Amino acid sequence: MLSILIAFMVLAPPQDGSQLYRDNCARCHGQDGNGIPGVDFRTGQFRRPSTDDDLMRIIAGGIPGTAMSPSSLPDAARRSLVDFLRSMPNSAGASAGGGDAARGRTVFEGQGGCTSCHRANGKGSRTGPDLGDAGSNRRAADIERSILNPNAAILPQNRTVRATAADGSTITGRRLNEDTDTIQLIDDRERLVSLSKATLREFTVLKTSPMPSFQGKLTPQELADVIAYLLSLKGPTP
Amino acid sequence: MMPIETARAVMIRIFILFLLSGTLYAQVTSERLLHPEREPQNWLSYSGSYSSQRYSTLDQITRDNAKNLELKWVFQSRSLEKFEATPLVVDGVMYLTQPPNDVVALDAKTGRAFWIYEYKPAADARLCCGQVNRGLGILGDTLFMGTIDAHLLAIDAKTGKPIWNVEVGSAKAGYAITHAPLVVKNTVIVGVAGGEYGIRGFVAAYDAATGKEKWKFYTIPGPGETGHDTWEGDSWQHGGAPVWITGSYDPDLNLTYWGVGNPGPDWNGDDREGDNLYSDSVIALDADTGKLKWHFQFTPHDEYDFDAVQIPVLVDTEWEGVPRKLMMWANRNGFFYVLDRVNGKFLWGSPFVKVTWATGLDKNGRPIPAPNTKPTREGVKVYPGNQGATNWFSPSYSPRTKLFYIPTWADYFSVYTKTSTPFQEGRFYLGGLPRSAIPMMVRGAVKTWTEEDGYGSFIAIDPRTGEKKWEFKMNDVTDSGLLTTASDVLFGGGREGHFYALDARDGKVLWKASLGGMVDSGAITFKAGETQYVSVAAGQSLFTFALRN
Ligand code: HEC
Ligand code: HEC
Repeated sequence: MLSILIAFMVLAPPQDGSQLYRDNCARCHGQDGNGIPGVDFRTGQFRRPSTDDDLMRIIAGGIPGTAMSPSSLPDAARRSLVDFLRSMPNSAGASAGGGDAARGRTVFEGQGGCTSCHRANGKGSRTGPDLGDAGSNRRAADIERSILNPNAAILPQNRTVRATAADGSTITGRRLNEDTDTIQLIDDRERLVSLSKATLREFTVLKTSPMPSFQGKLTPQELADVIAYLLSLKGPTP
Repeated sequence: MMPIETARAVMIRIFILFLLSGTLYAQVTSERLLHPEREPQNWLSYSGSYSSQRYSTLDQITRDNAKNLELKWVFQSRSLEKFEATPLVVDGVMYLTQPPNDVVALDAKTGRAFWIYEYKPAADARLCCGQVNRGLGILGDTLFMGTIDAHLLAIDAKTGKPIWNVEVGSAKAGYAITHAPLVVKNTVIVGVAGGEYGIRGFVAAYDAATGKEKWKFYTIPGPGETGHDTWEGDSWQHGGAPVWITGSYDPDLNLTYWGVGNPGPDWNGDDREGDNLYSDSVIALDADTGKLKWHFQFTPHDEYDFDAVQIPVLVDTEWEGVPRKLMMWANRNGFFYVLDRVNGKFLWGSPFVKVTWATGLDKNGRPIPAPNTKPTREGVKVYPGNQGATNWFSPSYSPRTKLFYIPTWADYFSVYTKTSTPFQEGRFYLGGLPRSAIPMMVRGAVKTWTEEDGYGSFIAIDPRTGEKKWEFKMNDVTDSGLLTTASDVLFGGGREGHFYALDARDGKVLWKASLGGMVDSGAITFKAGETQYVSVAAGQSLFTFALRN
């Protein structure tokens, strides 16, 4: 029993600070943390707070007389937000490190092997998420984390499903949609498949990513280049 | 090294997988688009086939068991616009548009979504008659959609991500795309709406892979071109002639056929003397070059807004004892026509509802105008009324019954008044106003108009004789397309919100469902697994039926 509990605690994903930030803070502070004149989370410097507890207090109580209003987020969520605020300067590093989008494209389509799972510019597999507009709604930090530590921040729409049919055959794919009775996915042969749960022997939504970590497999320059490339992708414009 | 036996087993397994993927999940090639009859489980284009008969060889639902149809699922759109879309179905996946320009991929068995793509049209898009979209084209793994701000988009059918996006016309100037693109070989062809805004209409073709324009045909000839002199002065520059419904295609002749809309201003022809080519015509364009092969004008110098924006229905059958390539056309102006689609020659025509603006057709098919029926300042009562005897919604032809089925606004009139409207870019350019007791586009829950104002019907006519074989009358008019099947079942609905299965042989009601909203599109049928389904949009939702298990 204890071991199950521990396992649960270990596996339970921490509150995702970047998601919390996106939902609660980005509309004023901007995706990159520099939306308010005079406040730039990327610098790692704050005007008022200096300790984590100061930050916790400001997030809870707001800054009276300014648009920075109090929030009722629970402690754990505020803690994750503080971690995230603290991580913002580091994450700016790679992308700010002079990545070259054109070189990044070669890495993405070539030695990086990214197109064996991802699609962009009409090339690549659709088994992983399509990254053709990655630059329109993702920050450098998110992209970097996805590449270096894929298990850390899997977006809900990118979960992998493994199902066993009644005849024992297995189906794996990326989960697209789900309701009480059915689950929709794109399978490892790029087919849109809808499964009726009642007909399955078993199915699991995995908490890990099939994407390997590229920590140490890409040079810092390649990493910066790939990030610059992905940030340049905004979807087609006329 | 792998033992020989195992290696062979693996090879066989791979081969079987390959076969499976080849037959079930192959891309929609242009070859497949040529032969939809080989895969009746699918619905691969707006009209079901290049000949646009809206006829399916599926026959699980019969005249006997249609009474056992029941609702399987509903897709509710997030829009209050009219739902005029025809879905596509490809190997168990349904692709549907929701107004104005969202694309949804659904599991055809359950209606659950795989993905949704939400396109945000420019705020300055101008539409006379609702922010509608009628559907998609497909080639390979790519979907094509025209938008109300006159863009053409390619969208990945597996992921819902846009691939390319080109501007086809200026939204600010009143150009829009509302119909499903026609895909021929590796080309995507669209026309533009805007006949109420003084546009200059055209049909344009784009490379499916890149979105690069291949050709463009103006539906109003410019200076030096044949037909230019059918427009007075510079009226040609904003004479309308839009194209807002999908064309048909004859692969043997390599011709695409398009119905062209009204000249502008709609109800006042004083400043555009002449026939106003190619308004209210069918045009036959070479699929590779866009060159005009022939045209046939149904309503020269139109002052009633009688767009020839109907689906060109292509039928190969005997005509006076000789096999012939025909085109059948129930026109908004109230006449039914049979043309030779090789050369556009008029073979035969006659009214299918009450018509007073013309006394008949001459031997070339040109209407003989009736005296004192042109719009006036005071107003003149003319049949059919402004929305026409029929309109953009699809008719159906059954090669089994050899009957042509038309959804009509029967015995319906408008009082047409004319005014003067100067042309101003992006503004209504109408020149008048028709009035009728029947609302033009949408109706509410209550209906007060009576049969004297007009009524709705499905009629079955024998295209060889013009004989009306049967008529199914509805109290209110209908904007519903029709579908026929190999078991002689006809599906269609109306503005009252009823959806019917009729016996295609005699028009008897086999089954009926009350959907609670105007049926504003044509039904389709497809198979997923072992089951035949029928889908139709009504109100703000798409309803899917099949036989009770
Ligand atoms: C409605 C807009 C708004 C929202 C939402 C908002 N903030 Fe603020 N925030 C401000 C403004 C404005 C300031 C600067 C106030 C001032 O003038 O000192 C500020 C200041 C701050 C500061 C102090 C910065 C410094 O350098 O002293 C922190 C930390 C902060 N916000 C964190 C957050 C977090 C975390 C969230 C999300 C939970 C959030 N804010 C949501 C408007 C907002
Ligand atoms: C073996 C398949 C595979 C390979 C190879 C792979 N990825 Fe991934 N990737 C995935 C999958 C599956 C996900 C979704 C789950 C997740 O977030 O980890 C993903 C997620 C991502 C995300 C976040 C997705 C989002 O929606 O924000 C990014 C960014 C990314 N990958 C970039 C890359 C880059 C860059 C490479 C090459 C250096 C690469 N991936 C190689 C499978 C792969």
